[in-house]
Amino acid sequence: MDFMVFQYPMISVQACLDGILLGILFALIAYGMALQWGVMNIINIAQGDLVILGGYIAYFMYLYGIHPAWGVIVAPIIMFFVGVGLYKLVINKVVDRDLFISILATFGISILFMQLMNFAFGADVVLANSGYGTTFLFDSAVVLPNSKIFSAFISILFAICLVIYMKKSKLGRAIRATAQNSRAAKILGVDTEKVYAATFGINAALCGVAGALISITFTIHPYMGLPYTIRSFMIVIVAGLGNLPGVALSGMGLGVFEEFADYILGTEFRIGAVFLLLVLILVYRRFKLSRKREYLK
Amino acid sequence: MKINKIIISFISAFVLLLSTSVTSFAKVVGDKIILGSAISLTGKYSSNGVHTQNGYNMAVDRINSMGGVKVGGKTYKFEIIYYDDESNPKRAAQLAERLISQDGVEFMLGPYSSGLTKAIAPVTEKYGVPMVEANGASRSLFTKGYKYLFAVLAPANLYLDVAIRTAVELNGGKGVRIAQAFEQDAFSQDVRLGILDAAKETGSEIIIDDKLPKELNDMAATLVKVKQMKPDVLVVSGHTKGALTAIRQIAEMKVDVPMLAMTHCDAAKLSKQHGKNSQYALCASQWHKTLTYKDNFFKDGMTYAADFTKEFGYDPPYQAAESSAALLVFKDAFERANSFDQKKVRDALAATNMQTFYGNIKFAPGGQNVDKPMVLFQVMCDGAGKCENKVVAPLKWASAELIHPIPKWSKR
Repeated sequence: MDFMVFQYPMISVQACLDGILLGILFALIAYGMALQWGVMNIINIAQGDLVILGGYIAYFMYLYGIHPAWGVIVAPIIMFFVGVGLYKLVINKVVDRDLFISILATFGISILFMQLMNFAFGADVVLANSGYGTTFLFDSAVVLPNSKIFSAFISILFAICLVIYMKKSKLGRAIRATAQNSRAAKILGVDTEKVYAATFGINAALCGVAGALISITFTIHPYMGLPYTIRSFMIVIVAGLGNLPGVALSGMGLGVFEEFADYILGTEFRIGAVFLLLVLILVYRRFKLSRKREYLK
Repeated sequence: MKINKIIISFISAFVLLLSTSVTSFAKVVGDKIILGSAISLTGKYSSNGVHTQNGYNMAVDRINSMGGVKVGGKTYKFEIIYYDDESNPKRAAQLAERLISQDGVEFMLGPYSSGLTKAIAPVTEKYGVPMVEANGASRSLFTKGYKYLFAVLAPANLYLDVAIRTAVELNGGKGVRIAQAFEQDAFSQDVRLGILDAAKETGSEIIIDDKLPKELNDMAATLVKVKQMKPDVLVVSGHTKGALTAIRQIAEMKVDVPMLAMTHCDAAKLSKQHGKNSQYALCASQWHKTLTYKDNFFKDGMTYAADFTKEFGYDPPYQAAESSAALLVFKDAFERANSFDQKKVRDALAATNMQTFYGNIKFAPGGQNVDKPMVLFQVMCDGAGKCENKVVAPLKWASAELIHPIPKWSKR
């Protein structure tokens, strides 16, 4: 246990800001997951691998001399088609089955993606340099890499665009209708097959954006997808499906929690603390649900 | 009935084929000495696995073209059977078993990484198969009392030992304050133990001791602590990812620390990926091409590097060089043993005392090479932003002077 974080107030500020910026990025990935989970009832284990694939797109742009920030535009476009292709090949066959089948299928996709990326891009850890510099706050007591601020800003921008799109556009309305009741939507003339494909594509596109941002702020590697899947899964569990402000809040909360766990318990317990929190939340939710059930009786 | 007969004849044909293939693969066939190796050609270690394989192949070609191995008045050539272990320890152990019991291999070359070597060593030990390995540095490999394992490289706990001692020396012999962050895998934890030993001996104090989980590529929290506590030395070891993450975040957060020492900068191609941000980082390495060791096959480091680049199209990392050295050790041992008896070859290996382009090789009873110190190089950049790794310690091979302390970010 180390309480340095409380002895120096500036470290707490730093931890909070780091956590929030990180959390916003996680929230973007989680939002994609919540969307397709809500609409298609699929838990996508390959979520993190889609993120990493998006990262490689930005990385290759960087290698060819294009600034990796353009990746946030190119990666989602490519990833959208990857997502739609994936839907047509695999996901459409498991979409109406039970959750277990979809977990197995996406787990398989995840392994396949890891190996393919390893085969295509090699097993080296890579990153793209944005050259964005650093922001100093409070007389240099708090430092924030501009790349992290940039990623948070882009994440928020994409989230807002998506919310507006879902509210206003025809496809957005169809997606929401399908999420509420796919049979009713079908009867009322919504082409649910198309909606599913679009939803999976949008999810993959969001992963693409997040991946491009991660290649700028952190590092990417073919086998690094799983932590992103787990975090987004957890955020969605906490926030519930179809609750965007909830996803954003729980993303930031998770980020801050992680940072503080890192300072207080030590870096080695950071991921462990996240899992502990997940267990606690699941237990609490169950407890709350069972109380509700008793009440209904 | 007819189908049954067909099936039976198929099976017997298959068994027959298998039995002939076993004999055809035995240890020494005609004028060939067949070595076996499980190596990571796919999976997360595949890039270093390929470096290892290239190193082996380069040495095999060179030794074969320069007269081969002379045993009992006859000349033999090396040949290697490779299997892909998919970077998976369990698979590696299975493949070692297969190489020995099915393919009849009697001499083995090591895989890539400490973890996989650890998986294979019990198998080779069980069958009494001598194994020369070049890529497993973990200290625990050499404390188990293995009799048939020989490593041409220095053990992991010595990787950054030099850095701490240099820092203490520059501090006028007084102890220094050390901050360290290590990934939680066998190799990095061994490096950590080495630092703890060095700190104890030099009277240094460890003020930050963080352990980085495997999944993590964010070490901002550690760096904030470093900013606050202002240590004299920051040590980071977490494979390629650790090195890349550290440099990125140190540069972004403008963390000033007088000395930054790391492992795996070579594999991370630090200066290539980070350019000037990686300047002044100290990196532990098993080998550097500018070292002046010599042998008859590759001449010296510079010639080796040039030949390797010509053949494979990239500058050899130390993983390739040490792998090539493993073959030189085998050749030397075969000739001294003058026999293919596994026991005799094992004893000859244990008595090895030679110089190769990679360094001096002499094995301790545990199997580790005790005659070759680690080198430290520092990333140095010129005005145009072109960066190079220059050896700065030990002083005997230094091609540049250590820049210490690292200039503050505000002055760069």
